[in-house]
Amino acid sequence: MLKTMMRRAGKCAVVAVAGLMMMSAQAAEPIKIGSFLSVTGPASFLGDPELKTLEMYVEKINEEGGVLGRPLELIHYDDVGNASSARNFASRLIRSDQVDIIVGGSTTGATMAAVPLMEQAQVPFISLAGAVVITTPVKKWVFKTPQSDRMAAERILADMKDRGITKIGLISGTDGFGSSGRTQTLEVAEQMGMEVVADETYSGSDTDMTAQLTNIRNTKGVEAVLNFGFGQGPAIVTRNYAQLGIELPFYQSHGVASDSFLELAGSAAEGLRLPASPLLVPDSLPEDDPQKDVVQNYKSEYEARWDAKVSTFGAYAYDGLMLAVRAIEEAGSTDPEAVREALENIEGYVGVTGEFNMSPDDHNGLTADSFRILEVQNGNWKLID
Amino acid sequence: MLAEFLQYLFTGITIGATYALIALGFTLIYNASHVINFAQGEFLMIGGMATVSLTAMGVPMVFAVVLAVILAGVLGIALQRFAIAPAKQADVVTLIIITIGASIFIRGIAQMVWGKQYHVMQNFSTNEPIQVFGAVLNSQSLWVLGVGAVMVVALVLFFTKTLIGKAILATSMNKEAARLVGIRTQMVLMLAFMVSALLGSVAGIVVAPITFTSYDIGIILGLKGFVAAAIGGLGSGVGAVVGGLTLGIVEAMTAGYISSDYKDAVAFSMILLVLFFMPRGLFGAKVVERV
Repeated sequence: MLKTMMRRAGKCAVVAVAGLMMMSAQAAEPIKIGSFLSVTGPASFLGDPELKTLEMYVEKINEEGGVLGRPLELIHYDDVGNASSARNFASRLIRSDQVDIIVGGSTTGATMAAVPLMEQAQVPFISLAGAVVITTPVKKWVFKTPQSDRMAAERILADMKDRGITKIGLISGTDGFGSSGRTQTLEVAEQMGMEVVADETYSGSDTDMTAQLTNIRNTKGVEAVLNFGFGQGPAIVTRNYAQLGIELPFYQSHGVASDSFLELAGSAAEGLRLPASPLLVPDSLPEDDPQKDVVQNYKSEYEARWDAKVSTFGAYAYDGLMLAVRAIEEAGSTDPEAVREALENIEGYVGVTGEFNMSPDDHNGLTADSFRILEVQNGNWKLID
Repeated sequence: MLAEFLQYLFTGITIGATYALIALGFTLIYNASHVINFAQGEFLMIGGMATVSLTAMGVPMVFAVVLAVILAGVLGIALQRFAIAPAKQADVVTLIIITIGASIFIRGIAQMVWGKQYHVMQNFSTNEPIQVFGAVLNSQSLWVLGVGAVMVVALVLFFTKTLIGKAILATSMNKEAARLVGIRTQMVLMLAFMVSALLGSVAGIVVAPITFTSYDIGIILGLKGFVAAAIGGLGSGVGAVVGGLTLGIVEAMTAGYISSDYKDAVAFSMILLVLFFMPRGLFGAKVVERV
């Protein structure tokens, strides 16, 4: 009798202890943040700073006590810039790692390959890629942090209009970035009542664009030239532009808004304008700019930790992670539907890229104004607007 | 009208001269071994990148150029010694595949050493462009053309006036016979790789101020150089020069007068046409089948 009671009590104790252990495991169970980025391969200039940013801030948040009292755990895969491996890794993140939210997708190709999986599995997904198709039309579970190329086109053309320019010559790369930028520019120009009178292209491996620029120069009525492109192409265009002695106002896209572009284009870049993240001019931002603090902090923290120059692409990951954290905090749990709902209703989050105001019809939440217009003066960026 | 035409012509000739120099490198190795060396573009990259990084380290430009060319030459020898020679009697196709492997290897190393960014090299002389009848010419273009012409003349002299040059020619004509008369054919092969590496690196250096340079610049320029060599007829020096210039000019004229979208398409259909009607290229050797 006593024996059986003892045995029962023992069993109870074992169950209770096991239960307690499970509960404490529950409490400390990390929030899993999944990510797939192009850390190596041709798009590594995107994925590398993005991963560094995620690692650094996940660490920092954990040191400060985590989110909802739970630590963050970053589960990351390198898709090497390949859309089909991005899809595989997205599937692994959802099925076997069972992450709570995904922040990743360095390129539009990788993002779009993973989107159907996220929609099906109903996992909130914050993409770090630019193209307008990611959030237009709105997809229930998909968000993104970078501005779209359409906003860049809007910002550039608005600046031209302010200068009284209505007829422009366009030269764009034939790669994804350039051709999407070209389409957006043509659409925006039509809406704004401006005319694209010359429309030239070049391929990414071209080493001389003098012929195309000569055509633009010889087109009647051109008042300004816009180059929508990426990589070294725009730097060559800029140099050829100066060599040909074209005096018209010259614009580049946000695709080359980095210090390495200034280095490549050299003195030929003098006087050109482009839309860019405030991250390029943290110190010239006016004191009352709400982004000033967050931009300066991100820049100094990143550069102190990695001993490398900060890049706008890393900032997309910063905003993605912070939006995810904020949504989880507001939702009070990691329940996917609640997090998604919270993400969709985020208002007034001031990030490095801009101020985000999400809504059910806008899963990007930025406006064209988040781009600043910069001009190259004396080999440096100067904030114009 | 004339200004426009001249502008396209200048553009075409400049880039064409680069293609021609690369094509000459292909021709040289092809002549000595019937191998198409797909690592030719990598010599070009090494030339440009080494010069840029040496000048960044504070080495004066002239020394940097010399050192870069020597480095490429050593690389050419190493490629032959460590990749081609061990394959011994393998057939030509195998050797060509080896060169593709070598090019990927070299590119990988370059990427690790120099990173992935594009680098700038200063113009050799002034940055001011030259005005000719309303068209503008980059002063560096003159360097490309001048250096290209000197290289071609030097090569011609090398092959017709020097014993080593003649030895390379003899090996290309008949390897067995060349060996019988006392030519060390392995040595000749090594020389051919070295000279073509020197040629490639010089091309890479003179063209770098125009095109910028990066670890992967050799892929596309190497390919275009091969196309130029094929149009001209593999194995013909004159063919390489004519092929390179034609390709460059056709590309520029298409971009200017038709549309830049069709530039590469026109260039590549030109090859199809040439190879269709003249399978040996414009200046290829006539092959007589012995029965």
